[in-house]
Amino acid sequence: MIEVRHLNKTFHLKTGDVTALEDVSFRVEKGSVFGVIGYSGAGKSTLVRCLNLLEYPDSGEIQIGDGKTVALRNGQPTIDGRKMTGREQSAMRRGIGMIFQQFNLLDRLTVFDNIAYPLQHTGRNRKDIEKRVWELLELVALTEKANVFPSQLSGGQKQRVAIARALAANPPLLLSDEATSALDPEATESILSLLKDLNRKLGITIVLITHEMAVVKRIADRVAVMEDGRIVEEGNVYDIFSNPRAEISKRFVASSSLLGKMDSLIRENAELAEIREGEMLVRLVFEKECVGEHVLTSAAKETGIDLNLLLADAEYLQGRPLGGIVGILSGAPESVEKGLSYLREHHVRCEVIRNGRVPQNGGA
Amino acid sequence: MEEFLKTAAPNLWTYRDKFLKSFSATFEMFWKAGLIAFAIGLLFGVLLVATKKEGIRQNLMVYQVVNAVVNVFRSIPFIILLIFLIPLTRAVVGTAINVKGAILPLVFGAVPFYTRQVEVALSGVDAGKIEAARSMGSGTAGLIFRVYLREAVPDLIRVTTVTAISLIGLTTMAGAVGAGGIGSFAINYGQNQNHPDIVNACVIILLLVTFLLQSIGNLLARRTFNRTLFVRNRGK
Repeated sequence: MIEVRHLNKTFHLKTGDVTALEDVSFRVEKGSVFGVIGYSGAGKSTLVRCLNLLEYPDSGEIQIGDGKTVALRNGQPTIDGRKMTGREQSAMRRGIGMIFQQFNLLDRLTVFDNIAYPLQHTGRNRKDIEKRVWELLELVALTEKANVFPSQLSGGQKQRVAIARALAANPPLLLSDEATSALDPEATESILSLLKDLNRKLGITIVLITHEMAVVKRIADRVAVMEDGRIVEEGNVYDIFSNPRAEISKRFVASSSLLGKMDSLIRENAELAEIREGEMLVRLVFEKECVGEHVLTSAAKETGIDLNLLLADAEYLQGRPLGGIVGILSGAPESVEKGLSYLREHHVRCEVIRNGRVPQNGGA
Repeated sequence: MEEFLKTAAPNLWTYRDKFLKSFSATFEMFWKAGLIAFAIGLLFGVLLVATKKEGIRQNLMVYQVVNAVVNVFRSIPFIILLIFLIPLTRAVVGTAINVKGAILPLVFGAVPFYTRQVEVALSGVDAGKIEAARSMGSGTAGLIFRVYLREAVPDLIRVTTVTAISLIGLTTMAGAVGAGGIGSFAINYGQNQNHPDIVNACVIILLLVTFLLQSIGNLLARRTFNRTLFVRNRGK
Protein backbone atom coordinates (compact mmCIF):
# COMPACT_ATOMS: atom_id res chain seq x y z
CA MET A 1 0.00 0.00 0.00
CA ILE A 2 2.75 2.40 0.98
CA GLU A 3 6.36 2.09 0.11
CA VAL A 4 8.67 4.74 1.42
CA ARG A 5 12.35 4.72 0.54
CA HIS A 6 15.20 6.75 1.98
CA LEU A 7 13.29 9.86 2.96
CA ASN A 8 15.42 12.75 4.19
CA LYS A 9 14.28 16.10 5.43
CA THR A 10 16.22 18.88 7.09
CA PHE A 11 14.71 22.11 8.32
CA HIS A 12 16.97 25.12 7.97
CA LEU A 13 16.11 27.30 10.91
CA LYS A 14 17.73 30.48 12.10
CA THR A 15 18.97 28.61 15.12
CA GLY A 16 20.60 25.98 12.93
CA ASP A 17 19.71 22.94 10.89
CA VAL A 18 17.34 20.37 12.32
CA THR A 19 17.24 16.92 10.80
CA ALA A 20 13.61 15.84 10.89
CA LEU A 21 13.96 12.67 8.79
CA GLU A 22 17.07 10.67 8.19
CA ASP A 23 17.02 7.82 5.69
CA VAL A 24 13.52 6.69 6.61
CA SER A 25 12.26 3.63 4.76
CA PHE A 26 9.28 1.42 5.48
CA ARG A 27 6.39 -0.48 3.93
CA VAL A 28 2.79 -0.60 4.96
CA GLU A 29 0.67 -3.53 3.84
CA LYS A 30 -2.74 -2.89 2.35
CA GLY A 31 -5.50 -3.06 4.95
CA SER A 32 -3.18 -2.90 7.93
CA VAL A 33 -2.80 -0.39 10.73
CA PHE A 34 0.71 0.98 10.96
CA GLY A 35 1.72 2.88 14.07
CA VAL A 36 4.57 5.36 14.28
CA ILE A 37 5.57 6.16 17.81
CA GLY A 38 8.09 8.63 19.15
CA TYR A 39 8.51 11.48 21.56
CA SER A 40 7.74 14.98 20.34
CA GLY A 41 10.44 16.20 18.03
CA ALA A 42 11.25 12.69 16.81
CA GLY A 43 10.09 13.59 13.31
CA LYS A 44 6.92 11.52 13.19
CA SER A 45 4.68 14.49 12.38
CA THR A 46 6.99 15.49 9.54
CA LEU A 47 6.96 11.91 8.29
CA VAL A 48 3.19 11.68 8.08
CA ARG A 49 3.00 15.11 6.40
CA CYS A 50 5.49 13.98 3.81
CA LEU A 51 3.28 11.04 2.85
CA ASN A 52 0.62 13.34 1.35
CA LEU A 53 3.10 16.05 0.35
CA LEU A 54 1.86 18.64 2.83
CA GLU A 55 5.58 18.84 3.42
CA TYR A 56 8.18 18.07 0.78
CA PRO A 57 11.01 15.78 1.83
CA ASP A 58 14.43 16.80 0.53
CA SER A 59 15.02 13.44 -1.10
CA GLY A 60 13.63 9.93 -1.23
CA GLU A 61 10.73 8.11 -2.86
CA ILE A 62 7.12 7.62 -1.94
CA GLN A 63 4.74 5.22 -3.59
CA ILE A 64 1.15 4.95 -2.50
CA GLY A 65 -1.38 2.39 -3.68
CA ASP A 66 -1.32 1.93 -7.43
CA GLY A 67 -0.03 5.44 -7.91
CA LYS A 68 3.20 6.28 -9.63
CA THR A 69 6.32 6.60 -7.56
CA VAL A 70 6.91 10.16 -6.44
CA ALA A 71 10.61 10.88 -6.33
CA LEU A 72 11.89 13.90 -4.46
CA ARG A 73 14.57 15.87 -6.27
CA ASN A 74 16.08 18.81 -4.41
CA GLY A 75 13.02 19.10 -2.26
CA GLN A 76 10.58 19.05 -5.19
CA PRO A 77 8.23 16.15 -5.96
CA THR A 78 8.69 14.61 -9.40
CA ILE A 79 6.94 11.90 -11.38
CA ASP A 80 8.61 10.14 -14.30
CA GLY A 81 11.50 12.56 -14.06
CA ARG A 82 9.43 15.74 -14.40
CA LYS A 83 8.11 18.11 -11.79
CA MET A 84 4.75 17.16 -10.34
CA THR A 85 2.05 19.76 -11.09
CA GLY A 86 -0.13 21.33 -8.41
CA ARG A 87 -3.09 19.49 -9.88
CA GLU A 88 -1.34 16.14 -9.61
CA GLN A 89 -0.45 16.86 -6.01
CA SER A 90 -4.05 17.78 -5.21
CA ALA A 91 -5.24 14.58 -6.86
CA MET A 92 -2.77 12.56 -4.83
CA ARG A 93 -3.92 14.21 -1.58
CA ARG A 94 -7.54 13.49 -2.43
CA GLY A 95 -6.68 9.82 -2.37
CA ILE A 96 -5.37 10.09 1.19
CA GLY A 97 -7.58 11.02 4.12
CA MET A 98 -6.06 12.81 7.08
CA ILE A 99 -7.18 13.58 10.61
CA PHE A 100 -5.50 15.89 13.09
CA GLN A 101 -4.99 16.41 16.80
CA GLN A 102 -6.89 19.69 16.70
CA PHE A 103 -9.61 18.32 14.37
CA ASN A 104 -9.28 21.34 12.06
CA LEU A 105 -12.95 21.52 11.17
CA LEU A 106 -14.22 24.66 9.48
CA ASP A 107 -16.08 26.50 12.23
CA ARG A 108 -18.44 28.35 9.95
CA LEU A 109 -19.78 25.25 8.25
CA THR A 110 -22.30 22.84 9.69
CA VAL A 111 -21.26 19.26 10.35
CA PHE A 112 -23.00 18.32 7.11
CA ASP A 113 -21.12 20.90 5.05
CA ASN A 114 -17.80 20.04 6.69
CA ILE A 115 -18.19 16.46 5.58
CA ALA A 116 -19.31 17.58 2.13
CA TYR A 117 -16.21 19.78 1.75
CA PRO A 118 -13.92 17.30 -0.03
CA LEU A 119 -16.76 16.23 -2.33
CA GLN A 120 -17.78 19.68 -3.52
CA HIS A 121 -16.15 21.27 -6.54
CA THR A 122 -15.01 17.89 -7.82
CA GLY A 123 -17.63 17.44 -10.51
CA ARG A 124 -19.96 15.31 -8.39
CA ASN A 125 -23.63 16.21 -8.54
CA ARG A 126 -25.46 17.51 -5.49
CA LYS A 127 -27.72 14.52 -5.02
CA ASP A 128 -24.78 12.12 -4.89
CA ILE A 129 -22.91 14.34 -2.47
CA GLU A 130 -25.88 14.56 -0.11
CA LYS A 131 -26.43 10.82 -0.22
CA ARG A 132 -22.78 10.18 0.55
CA VAL A 133 -22.75 12.66 3.44
CA TRP A 134 -25.75 10.98 5.07
CA GLU A 135 -24.02 7.64 4.67
CA LEU A 136 -20.93 9.00 6.39
CA LEU A 137 -22.95 10.61 9.17
CA GLU A 138 -24.46 7.23 9.84
CA LEU A 139 -21.05 5.59 9.75
CA VAL A 140 -19.79 7.85 12.54
CA ALA A 141 -23.16 7.87 14.34
CA LEU A 142 -23.78 11.62 14.12
CA THR A 143 -26.88 11.76 11.96
CA GLU A 144 -28.75 13.96 14.44
CA LYS A 145 -25.91 16.51 14.48
CA ALA A 146 -25.99 17.18 10.72
CA ASN A 147 -27.13 20.80 11.05
CA VAL A 148 -25.05 21.69 14.07
CA PHE A 149 -21.88 23.79 14.01
CA PRO A 150 -18.57 22.34 15.30
CA SER A 151 -18.45 24.75 18.27
CA GLN A 152 -21.45 22.91 19.70
CA LEU A 153 -19.76 19.50 19.63
CA SER A 154 -17.55 17.70 22.14
CA GLY A 155 -13.96 16.82 21.24
CA GLY A 156 -14.83 13.22 20.46
CA GLN A 157 -17.72 14.26 18.24
CA LYS A 158 -15.52 16.76 16.41
CA GLN A 159 -12.99 14.03 15.70
CA ARG A 160 -15.76 11.78 14.40
CA VAL A 161 -16.82 14.54 12.02
CA ALA A 162 -13.18 14.90 10.96
CA ILE A 163 -13.00 11.16 10.31
CA ALA A 164 -16.18 11.24 8.23
CA ARG A 165 -14.76 14.18 6.27
CA ALA A 166 -11.46 12.40 5.71
CA LEU A 167 -13.27 9.33 4.41
CA ALA A 168 -15.75 11.21 2.23
CA ALA A 169 -13.98 10.63 -1.06
CA ASN A 170 -13.33 6.95 -0.26
CA PRO A 171 -9.56 7.19 0.09
CA PRO A 172 -7.84 3.81 0.51
CA LEU A 173 -5.46 5.34 3.04
CA LEU A 174 -6.04 7.33 6.22
CA LEU A 175 -3.32 9.29 8.02
CA SER A 176 -3.88 10.07 11.67
CA ASP A 177 -1.71 12.75 13.24
CA GLU A 178 -2.08 12.36 17.03
CA ALA A 179 -5.82 12.12 16.52
CA THR A 180 -6.58 11.14 20.10
CA SER A 181 -4.03 13.27 21.93
CA ALA A 182 -6.47 16.08 22.67
CA LEU A 183 -9.24 13.77 23.84
CA ASP A 184 -10.25 12.42 27.23
CA PRO A 185 -9.80 8.68 27.82
CA GLU A 186 -13.40 7.80 27.01
CA ALA A 187 -13.43 9.73 23.74
CA THR A 188 -10.00 8.30 22.91
CA GLU A 189 -11.36 4.79 23.30
CA SER A 190 -14.39 5.53 21.14
CA ILE A 191 -12.26 7.07 18.38
CA LEU A 192 -9.78 4.20 18.44
CA SER A 193 -12.51 1.59 18.23
CA LEU A 194 -14.13 3.53 15.39
CA LEU A 195 -10.81 3.57 13.52
CA LYS A 196 -10.30 -0.14 14.10
CA ASP A 197 -13.84 -0.75 12.94
CA LEU A 198 -13.33 1.23 9.74
CA ASN A 199 -10.10 -0.64 9.16
CA ARG A 200 -11.91 -3.98 9.45
CA LYS A 201 -15.13 -3.06 7.65
CA LEU A 202 -13.82 -0.90 4.84
CA GLY A 203 -10.36 -2.40 4.62
CA ILE A 204 -8.87 1.07 4.79
CA THR A 205 -5.15 1.24 5.51
CA ILE A 206 -4.28 3.45 8.45
CA VAL A 207 -1.01 5.12 9.35
CA LEU A 208 -1.22 6.65 12.77
CA ILE A 209 1.36 8.57 14.66
CA THR A 210 1.21 8.93 18.40
CA HIS A 211 3.34 9.33 21.48
CA GLU A 212 1.18 6.94 23.47
CA MET A 213 2.04 3.26 23.47
CA ALA A 214 -1.51 2.44 24.58
CA VAL A 215 -2.81 3.69 21.23
CA VAL A 216 -0.41 1.49 19.28
CA LYS A 217 -1.24 -1.45 21.49
CA ARG A 218 -4.95 -0.90 21.00
CA ILE A 219 -5.19 -0.85 17.22
CA ALA A 220 -1.88 -1.17 15.37
CA ASP A 221 -0.62 -4.29 13.62
CA ARG A 222 2.89 -3.06 13.08
CA VAL A 223 4.80 -0.26 14.70
CA ALA A 224 7.84 1.83 13.89
CA VAL A 225 9.66 3.52 16.75
CA MET A 226 11.20 6.86 15.83
CA GLU A 227 13.97 8.81 17.49
CA ASP A 228 15.86 11.82 16.14
CA GLY A 229 14.41 11.45 12.67
CA ARG A 230 15.28 7.79 12.30
CA ILE A 231 13.27 4.62 12.61
CA VAL A 232 15.20 2.77 15.29
CA GLU A 233 13.01 -0.31 15.40
CA GLU A 234 10.14 -1.64 13.39
CA GLY A 235 8.10 -4.77 13.67
CA ASN A 236 4.97 -6.57 14.64
CA VAL A 237 3.33 -4.92 17.66
CA TYR A 238 3.31 -8.17 19.62
CA ASP A 239 6.99 -8.76 19.00
CA ILE A 240 7.98 -5.23 19.93
CA PHE A 241 5.97 -5.50 23.11
CA SER A 242 7.25 -8.87 24.14
CA ASN A 243 10.81 -8.20 23.13
CA PRO A 244 11.76 -4.57 22.54
CA ARG A 245 15.37 -4.20 21.44
CA ALA A 246 16.09 -0.49 21.14
CA GLU A 247 16.46 1.44 24.39
CA ILE A 248 13.69 3.84 23.44
CA SER A 249 11.33 0.97 22.55
CA LYS A 250 11.90 -0.48 25.99
CA ARG A 251 10.95 2.85 27.51
CA PHE A 252 7.76 3.00 25.48
CA VAL A 253 6.82 -0.57 26.33
CA ALA A 254 7.51 0.06 29.99
CA SER A 255 5.34 3.18 29.88
CA SER A 256 2.27 1.18 28.95
CA SER A 257 2.73 -1.84 31.17
CA LEU A 258 2.60 -2.36 34.88
CA LEU A 259 5.97 -4.05 34.71
CA GLY A 260 7.48 -0.76 33.65
CA LYS A 261 6.77 0.43 37.16
CA MET A 262 9.68 -1.64 38.37
CA ASP A 263 12.16 0.59 36.61
CA SER A 264 10.92 3.66 38.41
CA LEU A 265 10.80 1.77 41.69
CA ILE A 266 14.43 0.85 41.24
CA ARG A 267 15.32 4.37 40.29
CA GLU A 268 13.65 5.61 43.44
CA ASN A 269 15.38 2.90 45.49
CA ALA A 270 12.05 1.67 46.76
CA GLU A 271 12.15 -0.88 49.55
CA LEU A 272 10.21 -3.27 47.37
CA ALA A 273 13.04 -3.49 44.88
CA GLU A 274 15.74 -4.26 47.43
CA ILE A 275 17.29 -7.68 47.35
CA ARG A 276 19.54 -9.61 49.69
CA GLU A 277 22.73 -11.33 48.82
CA GLY A 278 22.16 -14.40 46.71
CA GLU A 279 18.87 -13.15 45.36
CA MET A 280 18.02 -11.88 41.90
CA LEU A 281 15.50 -9.35 40.76
CA VAL A 282 14.13 -10.72 37.49
CA ARG A 283 11.61 -9.82 34.87
CA LEU A 284 9.92 -12.77 33.21
CA VAL A 285 7.91 -12.34 30.04
CA PHE A 286 5.53 -15.06 29.00
CA GLU A 287 4.83 -15.14 25.32
CA LYS A 288 2.13 -16.77 23.27
CA GLU A 289 2.08 -20.43 24.16
CA CYS A 290 3.21 -20.47 27.76
CA VAL A 291 0.71 -18.14 29.40
CA GLY A 292 -1.66 -20.11 31.53
CA GLU A 293 0.64 -23.07 31.84
CA HIS A 294 2.14 -24.05 35.10
CA VAL A 295 5.64 -23.11 34.07
CA LEU A 296 6.41 -21.33 37.31
CA THR A 297 5.06 -24.03 39.56
CA SER A 298 6.86 -26.76 37.75
CA ALA A 299 10.07 -24.72 37.62
CA ALA A 300 9.88 -24.33 41.39
CA LYS A 301 9.20 -28.03 41.87
CA GLU A 302 11.82 -29.32 39.49
CA THR A 303 14.69 -26.97 40.28
CA GLY A 304 13.99 -25.89 43.82
CA ILE A 305 13.89 -22.15 43.17
CA ASP A 306 11.72 -19.71 44.99
CA LEU A 307 10.00 -16.81 43.28
CA ASN A 308 8.65 -13.96 45.34
CA LEU A 309 6.16 -12.07 43.19
CA LEU A 310 6.37 -8.28 43.19
CA LEU A 311 4.43 -7.21 40.11
CA ALA A 312 2.43 -9.12 37.55
CA ASP A 313 0.63 -8.08 34.41
CA ALA A 314 -1.19 -9.89 31.64
CA GLU A 315 -2.97 -8.67 28.55
CA TYR A 316 -4.21 -9.59 25.13
CA LEU A 317 -2.43 -8.13 22.13
CA GLN A 318 -3.73 -8.86 18.68
CA GLY A 319 -5.73 -11.67 20.22
CA ARG A 320 -2.70 -13.27 21.79
CA PRO A 321 -1.84 -13.28 25.47
CA LEU A 322 1.24 -11.54 26.77
CA GLY A 323 2.12 -11.79 30.43
CA GLY A 324 4.90 -10.66 32.66
CA ILE A 325 6.15 -10.89 36.15
CA VAL A 326 8.72 -9.03 38.16
CA GLY A 327 9.90 -10.99 41.15
CA ILE A 328 12.77 -11.95 43.39
CA LEU A 329 14.35 -15.23 42.54
CA SER A 330 16.15 -17.06 45.30
CA GLY A 331 17.56 -20.47 46.10
CA ALA A 332 20.80 -22.36 46.04
CA PRO A 333 23.24 -21.01 43.39
CA GLU A 334 23.02 -24.05 41.13
CA SER A 335 19.25 -24.30 41.38
CA VAL A 336 18.86 -20.64 40.45
CA GLU A 337 21.02 -21.32 37.41
CA LYS A 338 18.96 -24.39 36.58
CA GLY A 339 15.72 -22.56 37.21
CA LEU A 340 16.60 -19.84 34.74
CA SER A 341 17.49 -22.27 32.00
CA TYR A 342 14.35 -24.29 32.74
CA LEU A 343 12.26 -21.18 32.25
CA ARG A 344 14.09 -20.23 29.08
CA GLU A 345 13.53 -23.68 27.68
CA HIS A 346 9.85 -23.13 28.26
CA HIS A 347 9.78 -19.95 26.22
CA VAL A 348 9.87 -17.57 29.15
CA ARG A 349 12.04 -14.57 28.46
CA CYS A 350 14.15 -13.90 31.54
CA GLU A 351 15.85 -10.62 32.22
CA VAL A 352 17.91 -10.10 35.33
CA ILE A 353 17.33 -6.57 36.53
CA ARG A 354 19.47 -6.78 39.65
CA ASN A 355 21.85 -9.47 40.61
CA GLY A 356 22.68 -10.00 44.27
CA ARG A 357 24.75 -13.10 43.69
CA VAL A 358 28.50 -13.38 43.90
CA PRO A 359 29.97 -12.21 40.56
CA GLN A 360 31.88 -15.39 39.60
CA ASN A 361 28.59 -17.26 39.42
CA GLY A 362 27.88 -15.21 36.39
CA GLY A 363 24.90 -13.08 35.48
CA ALA A 364 22.09 -14.00 33.20
CA MET B 1 -40.38 69.39 14.25
CA GLU B 2 -40.24 72.43 12.02
CA GLU B 3 -40.99 74.77 14.90
CA PHE B 4 -38.43 73.06 17.06
CA LEU B 5 -35.69 73.35 14.43
CA LYS B 6 -36.52 76.98 13.73
CA THR B 7 -35.98 77.92 17.35
CA ALA B 8 -33.22 75.49 18.34
CA ALA B 9 -31.14 75.69 15.17
CA PRO B 10 -32.24 78.71 13.15
CA ASN B 11 -29.17 78.80 10.94
CA LEU B 12 -29.41 75.12 10.13
CA TRP B 13 -33.02 75.71 9.15
CA THR B 14 -31.99 78.54 6.86
CA TYR B 15 -29.40 76.39 5.15
CA ARG B 16 -31.34 73.13 5.33
CA ASP B 17 -31.13 72.52 1.59
CA LYS B 18 -27.39 72.96 1.64
CA PHE B 19 -27.19 70.67 4.67
CA LEU B 20 -29.11 67.90 2.92
CA LYS B 21 -27.06 68.32 -0.22
CA SER B 22 -23.85 68.12 1.81
CA PHE B 23 -25.10 65.03 3.52
CA SER B 24 -25.92 63.32 0.25
CA ALA B 25 -22.53 64.36 -1.18
CA THR B 26 -20.79 62.78 1.78
CA PHE B 27 -22.92 59.69 1.38
CA GLU B 28 -22.10 59.44 -2.32
CA MET B 29 -18.36 59.76 -1.66
CA PHE B 30 -18.66 57.20 1.09
CA TRP B 31 -20.34 54.42 -0.83
CA LYS B 32 -18.54 54.94 -4.13
CA ALA B 33 -15.06 55.16 -2.65
CA GLY B 34 -16.00 52.51 -0.08
CA LEU B 35 -17.08 49.96 -2.63
CA ILE B 36 -13.92 50.36 -4.68
CA ALA B 37 -11.67 50.37 -1.60
CA PHE B 38 -13.44 47.26 -0.31
CA ALA B 39 -12.70 45.35 -3.50
CA ILE B 40 -9.10 46.49 -3.84
CA GLY B 41 -8.30 46.16 -0.13
CA LEU B 42 -9.69 42.64 -0.07
CA LEU B 43 -7.64 41.73 -3.12
CA PHE B 44 -4.45 43.23 -1.69
CA GLY B 45 -5.03 41.62 1.68
CA VAL B 46 -5.47 38.21 0.08
CA LEU B 47 -2.37 38.80 -2.06
CA LEU B 48 -0.29 39.64 1.00
CA VAL B 49 -1.42 36.58 2.95
CA ALA B 50 -1.10 34.20 0.01
CA THR B 51 2.29 35.35 -1.25
CA LYS B 52 4.10 35.91 2.04
CA LYS B 53 6.88 33.57 3.12
CA GLU B 54 5.40 30.12 3.79
CA GLY B 55 2.10 31.40 2.38
CA ILE B 56 -0.12 29.14 0.28
CA ARG B 57 1.38 30.61 -2.89
CA GLN B 58 4.68 32.09 -1.82
CA ASN B 59 5.84 34.83 -4.18
CA LEU B 60 8.12 37.28 -2.46
CA MET B 61 8.26 39.64 -5.45
CA VAL B 62 4.50 40.23 -5.41
CA TYR B 63 4.53 40.41 -1.64
CA GLN B 64 7.28 43.04 -1.51
CA VAL B 65 5.63 45.22 -4.15
CA VAL B 66 2.17 45.21 -2.54
CA ASN B 67 3.72 45.62 0.88
CA ALA B 68 5.79 48.62 -0.23
CA VAL B 69 2.86 50.35 -1.96
CA VAL B 70 0.70 49.90 1.11
CA ASN B 71 3.41 51.22 3.40
CA VAL B 72 4.11 54.29 1.28
CA PHE B 73 0.51 55.37 0.99
CA ARG B 74 -0.23 54.64 4.60
CA SER B 75 2.47 57.01 5.74
CA ILE B 76 1.17 60.04 3.82
CA PRO B 77 -1.35 62.12 5.79
CA PHE B 78 -4.64 62.19 3.89
CA ILE B 79 -4.84 65.95 3.56
CA ILE B 80 -1.45 65.94 1.81
CA LEU B 81 -2.36 62.88 -0.25
CA LEU B 82 -5.38 64.82 -1.52
CA ILE B 83 -3.21 67.57 -2.97
CA PHE B 84 -0.50 65.23 -4.10
CA LEU B 85 -2.96 63.19 -6.15
CA ILE B 86 -4.57 66.15 -7.93
CA PRO B 87 -2.65 65.64 -11.21
CA LEU B 88 -3.41 61.93 -11.24
CA THR B 89 -7.08 62.49 -10.44
CA ARG B 90 -7.32 65.02 -13.23
CA ALA B 91 -5.72 62.58 -15.66
CA VAL B 92 -7.99 59.71 -14.67
CA VAL B 93 -11.43 61.28 -14.18
CA GLY B 94 -10.96 64.61 -15.93
CA THR B 95 -11.45 66.78 -12.86
CA ALA B 96 -9.97 67.12 -9.41
CA ILE B 97 -12.94 68.84 -7.79
CA ASN B 98 -16.45 67.93 -6.72
CA VAL B 99 -17.46 64.48 -5.57
CA LYS B 100 -16.11 63.05 -8.77
CA GLY B 101 -12.65 64.35 -8.04
CA ALA B 102 -12.68 63.09 -4.47
CA ILE B 103 -13.32 59.39 -5.10
CA LEU B 104 -9.82 58.56 -6.30
CA PRO B 105 -7.95 60.14 -3.37
CA LEU B 106 -10.45 58.60 -0.98
CA VAL B 107 -9.70 55.17 -2.43
CA PHE B 108 -5.97 55.84 -2.10
CA GLY B 109 -6.53 56.92 1.46
CA ALA B 110 -8.67 53.95 2.49
CA VAL B 111 -7.08 51.02 0.64
CA PRO B 112 -3.74 50.83 2.52
CA PHE B 113 -5.48 50.94 5.88
CA TYR B 114 -8.06 48.39 4.83
CA THR B 115 -5.45 46.11 3.25
CA ARG B 116 -3.55 45.87 6.53
CA GLN B 117 -6.75 45.13 8.40
CA VAL B 118 -7.78 42.42 5.95
CA GLU B 119 -4.29 40.95 6.20
CA VAL B 120 -4.61 40.71 9.98
CA ALA B 121 -8.10 39.21 9.73
CA LEU B 122 -7.00 36.54 7.26
CA SER B 123 -3.85 35.74 9.23
CA GLY B 124 -6.15 34.89 12.12
CA VAL B 125 -7.43 31.83 10.28
CA ASP B 126 -5.96 28.77 11.99
CA ALA B 127 -3.12 27.27 9.96
CA GLY B 128 -4.53 23.84 10.83
CA LYS B 129 -7.66 24.56 8.80
CA ILE B 130 -5.53 25.47 5.81
CA GLU B 131 -3.54 22.29 6.23
CA ALA B 132 -6.69 20.19 6.49
CA ALA B 133 -8.11 21.77 3.34
CA ARG B 134 -4.85 21.11 1.51
CA SER B 135 -4.96 17.51 2.66
CA MET B 136 -8.42 17.28 1.07
CA GLY B 137 -7.03 18.44 -2.25
CA SER B 138 -7.93 22.14 -2.24
CA GLY B 139 -5.72 24.28 -4.45
CA THR B 140 -4.92 27.99 -4.11
CA ALA B 141 -8.36 29.19 -5.20
CA GLY B 142 -10.12 26.69 -2.95
CA LEU B 143 -8.01 27.72 0.01
CA ILE B 144 -8.71 31.41 -0.56
CA PHE B 145 -12.43 31.27 -1.25
CA ARG B 146 -13.48 28.24 0.76
CA VAL B 147 -11.25 28.60 3.80
CA TYR B 148 -9.56 32.00 4.24
CA LEU B 149 -12.36 34.29 3.11
CA ARG B 150 -15.11 32.13 4.59
CA GLU B 151 -13.61 31.37 7.97
CA ALA B 152 -12.48 34.98 8.49
CA VAL B 153 -15.92 36.50 7.86
CA PRO B 154 -16.58 37.76 11.41
CA ASP B 155 -13.16 39.42 11.57
CA LEU B 156 -13.56 40.80 8.07
CA ILE B 157 -16.85 42.36 9.11
CA ARG B 158 -15.18 43.93 12.12
CA VAL B 159 -12.32 45.44 10.15
CA THR B 160 -14.68 46.58 7.39
CA THR B 161 -16.71 48.43 10.00
CA VAL B 162 -13.60 50.13 11.36
CA THR B 163 -12.51 51.10 7.86
CA ALA B 164 -15.97 52.38 6.94
CA ILE B 165 -16.01 54.65 9.97
CA SER B 166 -12.55 55.98 9.20
CA LEU B 167 -13.61 56.53 5.61
CA ILE B 168 -16.37 58.85 6.77
CA GLY B 169 -13.65 60.84 8.50
CA LEU B 170 -11.72 61.01 5.24
CA THR B 171 -14.75 62.21 3.24
CA THR B 172 -15.11 65.24 5.50
CA MET B 173 -11.54 66.19 4.65
CA ALA B 174 -12.24 65.87 0.95
CA GLY B 175 -14.15 69.13 1.35
CA ALA B 176 -10.73 70.76 1.22
CA VAL B 177 -10.48 70.07 -2.50
CA GLY B 178 -13.96 71.33 -3.15
CA ALA B 179 -15.78 68.03 -2.98
CA GLY B 180 -18.42 69.47 -0.72
CA GLY B 181 -19.99 67.26 1.89
CA ILE B 182 -20.60 67.56 5.60
CA GLY B 183 -17.02 68.59 6.33
CA SER B 184 -16.93 71.64 4.14
CA PHE B 185 -20.48 72.54 5.15
CA ALA B 186 -19.41 72.57 8.79
CA ILE B 187 -16.44 74.81 8.01
CA ASN B 188 -18.01 77.18 5.50
CA TYR B 189 -21.45 77.65 7.01
CA GLY B 190 -20.76 76.75 10.60
CA GLN B 191 -17.31 77.89 11.62
CA ASN B 192 -16.66 80.70 9.10
CA GLN B 193 -20.10 82.30 9.50
CA ASN B 194 -20.14 81.76 13.23
CA HIS B 195 -23.16 79.45 13.33
CA PRO B 196 -22.52 77.04 16.19
CA ASP B 197 -25.84 75.24 15.69
CA ILE B 198 -24.66 74.12 12.25
CA VAL B 199 -21.40 72.71 13.66
CA ASN B 200 -23.39 70.90 16.36
CA ALA B 201 -25.81 69.48 13.82
CA CYS B 202 -22.88 68.15 11.75
CA VAL B 203 -21.38 66.52 14.81
CA ILE B 204 -24.69 64.91 15.72
CA ILE B 205 -25.34 63.53 12.26
CA LEU B 206 -21.82 62.06 12.07
CA LEU B 207 -22.22 60.53 15.51
CA LEU B 208 -25.46 58.92 14.46
CA VAL B 209 -23.99 57.46 11.28
CA THR B 210 -20.95 56.12 13.13
CA PHE B 211 -23.11 54.59 15.81
CA LEU B 212 -25.34 52.97 13.20
CA LEU B 213 -22.39 51.50 11.27
CA GLN B 214 -20.79 50.17 14.43
CA SER B 215 -24.02 48.56 15.59
CA ILE B 216 -24.66 46.85 12.29
CA GLY B 217 -21.04 45.68 12.18
CA ASN B 218 -21.14 44.29 15.70
CA LEU B 219 -24.40 42.50 15.09
CA LEU B 220 -23.24 40.88 11.86
CA ALA B 221 -19.89 39.88 13.35
CA ARG B 222 -21.65 38.23 16.26
CA ARG B 223 -24.13 36.48 14.01
CA THR B 224 -21.40 35.05 11.80
CA PHE B 225 -19.04 33.85 14.53
CA ASN B 226 -18.74 30.06 14.39
CA ARG B 227 -21.82 29.92 12.20
CA THR B 228 -23.32 31.28 9.02
CA LEU B 229 -25.88 34.06 8.97
CA PHE B 230 -28.56 31.84 7.55
CA VAL B 231 -28.35 28.20 8.51
CA ARG B 232 -29.49 25.79 5.89
CA ASN B 233 -31.13 22.85 7.57
CA ARG B 234 -30.57 19.63 5.73
CA GLY B 235 -33.05 16.83 6.00
CA LYS B 236 -32.64 13.35 4.79
